[in-house]
Amino acid sequence: MAPPEGVGGGAEVRLHELTKTFGSVVAVREVSVTVAPGSFFTLLGPSGSGKTTTLMMVAGFTYPSSGEVFVDGKPMAALPPQKRDLGMVFQSYAVFPHLTVFDNVAFPLQVRKAPRLDTLRRVGEALELVRLTGYERRLPRQLSGGEQQRVALARALVFQPRVLLMDEPLGALDKKLRAHMQLELKHIQQRLHVTVLYVTHDQEEALTMSDRVAVMQGGRIEQVGIPAELYDAPASRFVADFIGESNFLDGVVVSAERDGRWRCRAAGGLEFSGVGAVALHAGQQITAAVRPEKLVQAGDDGAAALGPGSNTCKGVVEEAIYVGDVTRYRVGLGADGAITIKVPNRFAARPLATGAAVALAWSPDDTRLFSRAGA
Amino acid sequence: MKASAERRERLRYLLVLFPALLVLAVLFAYPLLGIVNRSVYKAGYTLDFYRQIFRVPVYLQVLWATFRVSALVTLLCLALGYPLAYVLATCRPRTARLLTIIVILPFFTSIIVRTYAWMVLLGRNGIVNQYVMALGLTDTPLPLLYNQAGVVIGMSYVLLPYMVLTVYSVMRGIDPGLVRAAHSLGASRLQAFRRIFLPLSLPGIAGGTLLVFILSLGFFITPALMGGPGDIMIAMLIEREVEITLNWSFASALAVVLLALTLVGFAGYNRIVRLERIFEGRG
Repeated sequence: MAPPEGVGGGAEVRLHELTKTFGSVVAVREVSVTVAPGSFFTLLGPSGSGKTTTLMMVAGFTYPSSGEVFVDGKPMAALPPQKRDLGMVFQSYAVFPHLTVFDNVAFPLQVRKAPRLDTLRRVGEALELVRLTGYERRLPRQLSGGEQQRVALARALVFQPRVLLMDEPLGALDKKLRAHMQLELKHIQQRLHVTVLYVTHDQEEALTMSDRVAVMQGGRIEQVGIPAELYDAPASRFVADFIGESNFLDGVVVSAERDGRWRCRAAGGLEFSGVGAVALHAGQQITAAVRPEKLVQAGDDGAAALGPGSNTCKGVVEEAIYVGDVTRYRVGLGADGAITIKVPNRFAARPLATGAAVALAWSPDDTRLFSRAGA
Repeated sequence: MKASAERRERLRYLLVLFPALLVLAVLFAYPLLGIVNRSVYKAGYTLDFYRQIFRVPVYLQVLWATFRVSALVTLLCLALGYPLAYVLATCRPRTARLLTIIVILPFFTSIIVRTYAWMVLLGRNGIVNQYVMALGLTDTPLPLLYNQAGVVIGMSYVLLPYMVLTVYSVMRGIDPGLVRAAHSLGASRLQAFRRIFLPLSLPGIAGGTLLVFILSLGFFITPALMGGPGDIMIAMLIEREVEITLNWSFASALAVVLLALTLVGFAGYNRIVRLERIFEGRG
């Protein structure tokens, strides 16, 4: 199933100050974002962050309180869902239980009164795309969850929509199958150049599949960026916490350093340097975030590579948890609390014993500083 | 070891079912056998009573009328009940609760009282005719009572809740996400209803029509009170044989014929709509 001749695959989707209120509750607040044609864009957030409501406004099932959705510059708000020509895959699959796989996939073509031969050919292509050829005559109850989801995907793609909306489509699958489907979805998207607007609460899924991700919280977009940006340069404490894992240290800004770095002191007296995610000034209350895998033991090869000017601290191993590929250690820093580090279990790795004293080092560039309200 | 565990399990099921089976055996199967027996026995075994039913035209006419009225009532109940069930299944939960109570409410009143109420409404000088004439729609009162129209109206009213509740229970089980999905795939409201919602509600239609039709066949009070001399249904005939003619054997034969025809109808219906296939999990 190639994108139609002369049409460049996906359409551009633009959300303009989209807002939805339910009574006095603001579910989505002035969300503005542009999704490039043919890209994979994910709305990521915890439940209640407004991501599904946003998607439903694009689909047309929820009417925005204000704002507008544009698909290739065309306003959508006045159109009912069936007139928007957007493919949609639901979390519950929503495969029609009384129709065979063939009839499910043919449905969008039949309601558009496509010629019979055309329908046969395109359903065949769509089923081939999701690798369900030979399943035409089966009923949904004879299929596994993953197969049903693939039927739903073929059905949403068969009428060649230029935008595909997906609401946590892999949420009900087990972990292995989910990882498999993530890659498969990504490949299909790249092959068809269809614009995908994807909703998930699974940050790993978002990072794996997306060209760009918008992290949502409380009905607002916290940060939009490519996956590496979100992970390495989170714009807020929430993003640093929600995506991946972070150690947080509360402290205060002591002084400015060169290259846009700031010298800070933690509550317990530990001094370190970091990069401001926001504008800072001396004396400001801050929270510093460091990823557990960015901390290395002083004396390791990694520490030498950090060079001079790296942050250091000393602590005592309080707890070691073996997780297979890595071992996680909680290192007590005395008055500064504790931090978690992740050490890969490479060949000849020396495990640390609980109670052992360790010296740690990390780069100021991996230390993100956020302003902290209060106190 | 495993077999004995299985046997014990089966025994436990039988024990649980036992009271119900006992009640059915004593109060249903045994009397039914008695009726079948009496229908061919009166001072010696004979098939005279059956011969009489099929030889005298009036009995077959009554049987035919019974089936016709039942079919009309079933169709009317479906026409009125399906949309109502649809509203119940798709409106907001609070409204649905209120509407359900309204649908069930008539069950709390005696059927005789309700039938008399309809007679007040439908009579020559009844409220309905007063309104219709006041509106100038007709000069003479409409014949709504003591004829087939009256019987059909009265029976439909009594049986409507059975249809509504049966259809509603099936509609409630239809995932609203399916209709949404149909819309997202480009189906208009009518297409989504015709291709998705209606087929998925078929088990409700099948169950509701079957229930109403079978209940209609045995109806007595409503046709007796609201029908005319030409609207005799089989249950009334049986009652007359039992109460007036005291020909219990003939009454039994009529009852057996009614039962047999009902079973034949059920089997035919089953052939057409394939009930098991519809009732077996739609998931």
